[in-house]
Order: sequence, then C-alpha cells, then structure tokens
Amino acid sequence: MRELLDDIDRWRASGRRVAIARVVDIEGSGPREPGAAMAVNDEGEVAGSVSGGCVEGAVVGEALGVLHGDRGPGVVTFGYSDDEAFAVGLTCGGTIRLFIEALDW
Amino acid sequence: MSTTPLFDLLDRRLRDQQPTALATAIDGERPGAKLLVTPDDAPLGSLGHPELDRIVARDALAELEAGRSGVRHYGPTGETTPEDLTDSATVRVFIESWAPPPQMWIFGAVDFTAALSRVAKVLGYRVTVCDAREVFATRRRFPAADEVVVSWPGALFERRGAQLRQRDAVCILTHDPKFDVPVLEVALRLPEVAYVGAMGSRRTHEDRLDRLREAGLTEGELARLSSPIGLDLGARTPEETAVSIAAEIVALQWGGGGQRLQDTGGSIHHHL
Repeated sequence: MRELLDDIDRWRASGRRVAIARVVDIEGSGPREPGAAMAVNDEGEVAGSVSGGCVEGAVVGEALGVLHGDRGPGVVTFGYSDDEAFAVGLTCGGTIRLFIEALDW
Repeated sequence: MSTTPLFDLLDRRLRDQQPTALATAIDGERPGAKLLVTPDDAPLGSLGHPELDRIVARDALAELEAGRSGVRHYGPTGETTPEDLTDSATVRVFIESWAPPPQMWIFGAVDFTAALSRVAKVLGYRVTVCDAREVFATRRRFPAADEVVVSWPGALFERRGAQLRQRDAVCILTHDPKFDVPVLEVALRLPEVAYVGAMGSRRTHEDRLDRLREAGLTEGELARLSSPIGLDLGARTPEETAVSIAAEIVALQWGGGGQRLQDTGGSIHHHL
C-alpha cells in the first residue's frame, strides 16, 4: 500500500474515486504475499500489482464494479478453486484471495 | 473521537514509517469495517463490537511485532476459536501490518561488509556497520549503510542491543576471535534476534566454539549461531559471499532448504 500512496493521493486530490484490492490470503504457490495491493480509479487508471501479472486485468474489472456500485466490498478468489480457473488463473498454480473495496474510509 | 478519515491517518503513518496495523473485516455483517491499531495510541474505528475490537487490536499488535500480515477468524464478539461456535456468525479479519524495517548490524569494516550492506538494502534492512577502528569505519567506505558506528561492539550492544527484535540480523565478518567472541557472547543471548552469523574458516569456527564454551555459553545458545556463515554457493568475491549470507537468512526465515528447486519436489513457496 505504501508504494501506492502517491498515486492514490494525487487521484483523490483531483476528485477521482478510488478502489483498492489487497491480497489477503494465498494457497499453494502464490506470487505475492498478503498485503500486495493495487489501486484503480474511476477512469480505469491503475497503480501497483497483486500477482505476477496474471490477474490484474480481471481485478480492474472487479474494482470498477465496486466503484460503479455493481457490487459491494468483498473477497474475490483467483486460481484453481475458481470456476473460471482457466479464464483467469495463476501461471504459478496457486490460489489468491483479494479483498476489493472502495476507498471511502 | 478523531474526525480525520482513517485512510488519512494511515497515509500519514505509512509515509512517516511509523509502525501501524490495519484490521479489515472481509466478510460477516460489516465487510470493510476497520480498526487502525498502533503501539502508541488507542485503536481507531471499529469492527462492530467492542470485545471483538479489543481482541483484534491485541492480535494486530502481535502481527505488527512479527512483521506479518494475514487473515484471522473470530466469533462475533471476539471469540478466537470460532469453530466452536456452531450457531453464530463468524467474521474473517485481514490484519495488515506495516512494521519498521528490520535491522542488520554488521561488524567489521571490511570489503565483505561493504558488499553485504548493499545486498541487505535490497532485502529492505536498515543497516548499521560497526567497527572500533576509526580509520576504516567511515561513511565513504560504506555508502549503502544507513549508519556507520565507530565503537567497540560490546558498547553498541550495551547501548542498543535491547532494540534488536525477532526480524533482525547480526553478522560478524571480522574473523578475529578477540573481536568475535565478546560480540557473540552478547548476541547469542539476545532471545529474539532472528539470525546471528559469523564468518571464518572451519578451523576458525571450531576455535570460536571452544572459546564460546569457555565463556559459558550453553549448547542451546551455540545452536543459534550460523557459522561458518552463509550457504554453500561456492562464493569467492565479497559480493558473491554477501549473496550467500543473504540467501542463508532468507532460507532460515521461510524454512527453505537451500537446494536447487530443480532437485526438489513439492511447493515452491513454503507455508509456515
């Protein structure tokens, strides 16, 4: 999160709404530790990463869903336990769980 | 009660490198509810129940001390064994902690120390180089170190040894028993320090063990010593040796065996 602060503060200062996604849990081989985070603003700009690049695209979609009010804050899972494992899987073979929420606190 | 938004407080503390933990309910009735926990002040925010807040704040401080982040399960009023609560809702809480950087103290103003201080910075350590010889212990020779202290090691431990915690490392690269043994006597008795390593040949190592036993260290205390320091990489240069030391520290931290992954099976990322 620390490495995202400059982008987050700049976005918020210019009136953008921001969602953050943080890795909360990994199973098996995971590319990033809990706490790895990315931020997405309501224009779709992105800072940070939560995997080795495998799931970032899907996370942007979920984050925009939170900002547009399509879904509330919650956990999103990527990897083998996901029904869509082959659509948005991790090349390292693990499972990661992310908590995605609007930065409205 | 503060009216500053929690994120602004978090933002400021992270920029100031202050130890901070943030607990977030990730499911249950109030997903996204937060508690900001610091060693300095009362927690801010709430997860929805004062007893839950009290227990989570306690756990968050422990996670912060260990430099860990992860998910914990609780009952609705802070029960830590929610599997016993068959009828009530439980809540999962993600505790993210931002601890100050771990410290590495390196003794001996030698070329190996210059190389190790660079590698230690890559791993995120705050690096202190210490040597009693004013001519050698200069900032110019150790530009990567956060501080260069001209002092007898014993004096440095006396002043600041109690600050060393469970993520910190002490590396003794002097390989001079006059210097090594007094440092090790103190360092091996600090209960929390993650890593204590000492450089030297196998003969130096045996000689040092004898001297430490004479000084009264127990076998349990000696077992904490990583000596000869480092993993067997066949390292020759100071830089290669520094990588070998850093590799040993990482392997001990995460329970890695130090073999080539090509020669092992199973999971690449170990789970503790």
